[in-house]
Amino acid sequence: MKRDSIRMGVDIGGTFTDVVLECHGQRVSTKVLTTYAAPEDAILEGMRQVCDRAGIVPADIHQIIHGTTLATNALIERRGAKTALITTEGFRDVIEMRTESRFEQYDLNLELPEPLLPRQMRLTLRERVDAGGNVLIPLDRAEVEALADRIAAMGVESVAVGLLHSYLNDTHERMIRDVLAERLADVTVSLSCEVSPQMREYERFNTTVANAYIKPLMKSYLGRLRGRLAEQGAECPVFLMHSGGGIISLESAAEFPVRLVESGPAGGAVFAADIAARHGLDRVLSFDMGGTTAKICLIRDRTPKTARVFEVARTYRFKKGSGMPISIPVIDMVEIGAGGGSLAHVDAMRQIRVGPESAGSEPGPACYGRGGDRPAVTDADLTLGRLDPEGFAGGSIRLSPEASIGTLTRVLGEPLDMDATEAAFGLAEVVDENMANAARVHAVENGEDLAGYTMIAFGGAAPLHAGRLCEKLGIDRLLVPPGAGVGSAIGFLRAPFSFEATRSVYMRLSDFDPDAIKALLSDLRDEATGFVRTCDADSEILSEFKVYMRYTGQGWEIPVTLTEAQAMAPDAASFLALFEADYARLFSRTVAGLDVEITVWSVNATTPPETVARIEPVGAGEPARSTAQRSLFDPALARRVDATVIARAGLTDGDTVEGPAAITEDETTIIVPSSRCALRQSDGCIDITRKDAP
Amino acid sequence: MTSVKPSNVAYQVMWNRLISVVEEQAQALVRTAFSTSVREAGDLSAGVYDADGRMLAQAVTGTPGHVNAMADAVAHFIRRIGRDNIHEGDVYITNDPWEGTGHLHDITMVTPSFHKGRHVGFFACTAHVVDIGGRGFGADGASVYEEGLYLPIMKFADRGEVDQTLLRIVRGNVREPDQLVGDMYALAACNDIGHRRLSAMMEEFELDDLSGIAEFILDNSHRATLERIAALPRMSAEGSMTVDGFDTPITLKVRLTVAEDHILTDFAGTSGVDPKGINCPLVYAKAYACYALKCAIAPEIPNNAASLAPFRISAPEGTIVNAVHPAPVALRHIIGHFVPDAVYDALDKILPGVVPAEGAGCLCNFQLSLRPRTDAPAPNGARRAEVLIFNSGGAGARPAHDGLNATAFPSGVMTMPVEATEHAGPVVIWRKELRPGSGGAGERRGGLGQFMEVGAREGHEFDFQAMFDRVDHPARGRRGGAAGGATTIGQDDGTPMRGKGKQFVPHGRRVMLGLPGGAGYGAAADRDPALVRRDLARGYIDADAAVRDYGMSAEDVAEVEAAVHEGRWVD
Repeated sequence: MKRDSIRMGVDIGGTFTDVVLECHGQRVSTKVLTTYAAPEDAILEGMRQVCDRAGIVPADIHQIIHGTTLATNALIERRGAKTALITTEGFRDVIEMRTESRFEQYDLNLELPEPLLPRQMRLTLRERVDAGGNVLIPLDRAEVEALADRIAAMGVESVAVGLLHSYLNDTHERMIRDVLAERLADVTVSLSCEVSPQMREYERFNTTVANAYIKPLMKSYLGRLRGRLAEQGAECPVFLMHSGGGIISLESAAEFPVRLVESGPAGGAVFAADIAARHGLDRVLSFDMGGTTAKICLIRDRTPKTARVFEVARTYRFKKGSGMPISIPVIDMVEIGAGGGSLAHVDAMRQIRVGPESAGSEPGPACYGRGGDRPAVTDADLTLGRLDPEGFAGGSIRLSPEASIGTLTRVLGEPLDMDATEAAFGLAEVVDENMANAARVHAVENGEDLAGYTMIAFGGAAPLHAGRLCEKLGIDRLLVPPGAGVGSAIGFLRAPFSFEATRSVYMRLSDFDPDAIKALLSDLRDEATGFVRTCDADSEILSEFKVYMRYTGQGWEIPVTLTEAQAMAPDAASFLALFEADYARLFSRTVAGLDVEITVWSVNATTPPETVARIEPVGAGEPARSTAQRSLFDPALARRVDATVIARAGLTDGDTVEGPAAITEDETTIIVPSSRCALRQSDGCIDITRKDAP
Repeated sequence: MTSVKPSNVAYQVMWNRLISVVEEQAQALVRTAFSTSVREAGDLSAGVYDADGRMLAQAVTGTPGHVNAMADAVAHFIRRIGRDNIHEGDVYITNDPWEGTGHLHDITMVTPSFHKGRHVGFFACTAHVVDIGGRGFGADGASVYEEGLYLPIMKFADRGEVDQTLLRIVRGNVREPDQLVGDMYALAACNDIGHRRLSAMMEEFELDDLSGIAEFILDNSHRATLERIAALPRMSAEGSMTVDGFDTPITLKVRLTVAEDHILTDFAGTSGVDPKGINCPLVYAKAYACYALKCAIAPEIPNNAASLAPFRISAPEGTIVNAVHPAPVALRHIIGHFVPDAVYDALDKILPGVVPAEGAGCLCNFQLSLRPRTDAPAPNGARRAEVLIFNSGGAGARPAHDGLNATAFPSGVMTMPVEATEHAGPVVIWRKELRPGSGGAGERRGGLGQFMEVGAREGHEFDFQAMFDRVDHPARGRRGGAAGGATTIGQDDGTPMRGKGKQFVPHGRRVMLGLPGGAGYGAAADRDPALVRRDLARGYIDADAAVRDYGMSAEDVAEVEAAVHEGRWVD
């Protein structure tokens, strides 16, 4: 990627399609309503707008990076292809039996989510491989051929193949693909040994089924998109953002569309990581709060934390276990049902509860005046003086403080004997506490202490709540970057080409086999590098080696990073030392006398990160001139204060604003609590720190 | 906060915080514990208490079996240790079945919490450990003395000094000393995480003690629970259920009495203690009785001292639900898991249309002791291993929903992936899938049980420790619903096997299991024909059952089968 190239980032979200063009050091962006029937229409419209504004034509674009919720939505809305699963005899119901548990213990009427494929679409073959990768029952080709004919007769469009222990021995899965390819040329096939070669059959089969389920849809969409772009003259390469925070070729994306799930939020995390790099920050908490959910991600050393499994399509109050597991490399984010539209009520214990139910955009919070009759987070924000009723969304919607006060009083105030302000205070504190708790738990799970972290906040509702969240979490510094409304699409432009290859292979340190390890890691590196090479023929490609280790007997592995030298000349003592160091960091101690085992191996191949120019921090200059005052409720002080109101657009480098203050912009308002002061950095970031900072 | 007394809003925030703190405490334990049942099955719990030992919050992660046990335990610790003997840096321990959570395999650790030098509360957590010595995990002990090492309530650490004598005794008495000692430290560490977060909260809200927030939590919970109880008809009702037991059937009798401010569950008339270790200390039966009632009456009220107190229990000493020392209690879960179905038999008469039909009840667990074959030379690499496997039968149908297929109730456990199990020892699970036809017929169908086939890898034989029930007493239907499928067990060559106890399986043989289904609710004739057709299409029922139980016509059966065959039926 050359520095002077013209690149376009496109993020298809649930409501808006965001398009960002970077051209000769300039950035133009637009938001277009998502066009569900033909998502490419919105992209073309957005492209036309940004090209016009930048004074270029689509043919001038060198590269397009695309991320989309289409894959996620297809899974949530069950709009996939007619799909069948082929699996080992005796294991037809793995994706239906899940973990045989209830994710909510006290609900007698609990319903578990239906599997992606009903039972009659799950077919079996007689075969078996054991946990050592040995074939116990060989697969009979004639049986596969008979099954292929049956599948053909059923009119199936896409087939998932998931056999037991195929992550160790994939010959049976590959034989099935060969037979299907001969007999059913039009049917797409997804093998579990390729889509997600990891132990644990439920996660692996489900991931493979999900891939198969959305593959025809995504393949046809991506093909169409490329054609339509070419018609407009944009014949440049198109790349796709994946859930792990990198980009892959359109062809790879069409083959493994499940890797596109959650690519939008991944772009947001990459956006925050880029801001972190520019400001030289090694420990960052990214906080993205929109209309219905908030997402929190830890970023260490400019790299978002990653995980190997996550859950999509949660059906029950965002509760863990109520969705379906997808095991692919993914940026590790906590998502909770807390957004501007989240609704509040009083429960049996006279406690205020907020979310995950959301007012959405229709009818919206009560203050929109469109019939919303329950208090939402936005109603609390308005009542507490965080939002200007006249200036919301650039003045396009006039908010009704009376409606907010009315519903806050009726729904929360009366049962709890509070006035509207106290009710709004309670609502805001509860939602902020929920987000703070989620962040704390996530930090502890990763062995991190949030003191010393910097928060980077983006998304429409985040700047309203980020200041209070920092107070609750003991975070001293908050950055609100410009362009936060299209953060994900900007993030796409900052992402490297990358692909992570993983494999489950058990090995105890007492049975350490250096040659086998070297061979395995080399294979994984070749596989991962191969994907990246198809995107970029020349660039240097870096490999990051990771193994997942635990004490024998434990069920929870921790990731241990290896250097290339350690990976290519492995020895047990250094692996043990690395594991013990990480274990002690996470859990404050190690356990003597136990063997240690490795369960998963992974190599992430990536092009080198773009070298970013460090922002030269500006010193505190003149206090910005205030245009107005507003009564603002400060939750830390539990009372109203007189706040300065300043337009963000009017600030120049080094301008300072003492809290309490509200810094307004078209899309949102940045609240500076009384305990903090703000400074405009040279890149336009609003930099908010503690007044009493050491 | 500026005021002396925190505001209502501040208390709301603190209550939320405490619930998050104990959740964090529990998650830390899940990640660091060695025991399979903790990490895979969530057999643990964590809670925070005020200085008087009243439980203020309990983690949602955890098992219902610890619900009341945890609420009661800290009071025992205060009494045994003595208030004057509680110091900063102390950690207490026990595995007393009667003052802890029902069997020696559960270790409970309690840590007093000090803020600015003042004792303000306690953290406690419990986990099921891998091994506690004795005969090992099973029903074979004739008394609790044979079931393992007993740790009376005592100090694990005294002012920060871990008792090395205790550790030496523990190490000398158990099969996996490193793992057990590792788990003891993990429990202590998880209390410590809770303590640090509590201290930070008290700092933030400028609290000197927990009395204000404790009153706020307990008052609101108590009032909310009493409102629910007050809404019930003031009456009594009886219920009973008979299950297989070990060698002789066990009858659980329940009399529920709804009073103005409490519900009493009385087990008078229940069978006496069994010679085998399936007996239940009262604390464990109480936990499941209380869990069952809370699910039906007050599901969203969090567990704490005040929300649990109105659920009272009584059972004569010497009944199987109030087994006293030194009765064997290692597998107390078998009877404990049936308590909810027995309670619901009575509650259905007070609160019709709320509770489910009977389900599989107790978990369908089994343990394999694998070893190299002894009937012929074993191959190189043959080895010994112990493998414990958790499985679930079908749940009972609900008034408005079918029963859940192969899903644990009332237990909160998860199963282990087959691929992971096969790495844990030389075992091969040849089959693990739904058991068609095992869900009791009804307007709402019972949940399906499952088929399993279990063998050893080439060159191995094994002892099979069975812990199944409902062989002779399948789940009973409600309001005209049919019974669920009974448990079946035998070897692939037809050799019969018993539902409980250790049984030898020779080289090359497999154990064939049909795990029980849940019962139906309402008459099968009233079932929506569209659901019957769907069940047939999915193979939850076969064509015979569709015709026999639900009155489907032969033409309809043929139509559904053709649609499935031609791929036209895709939901």
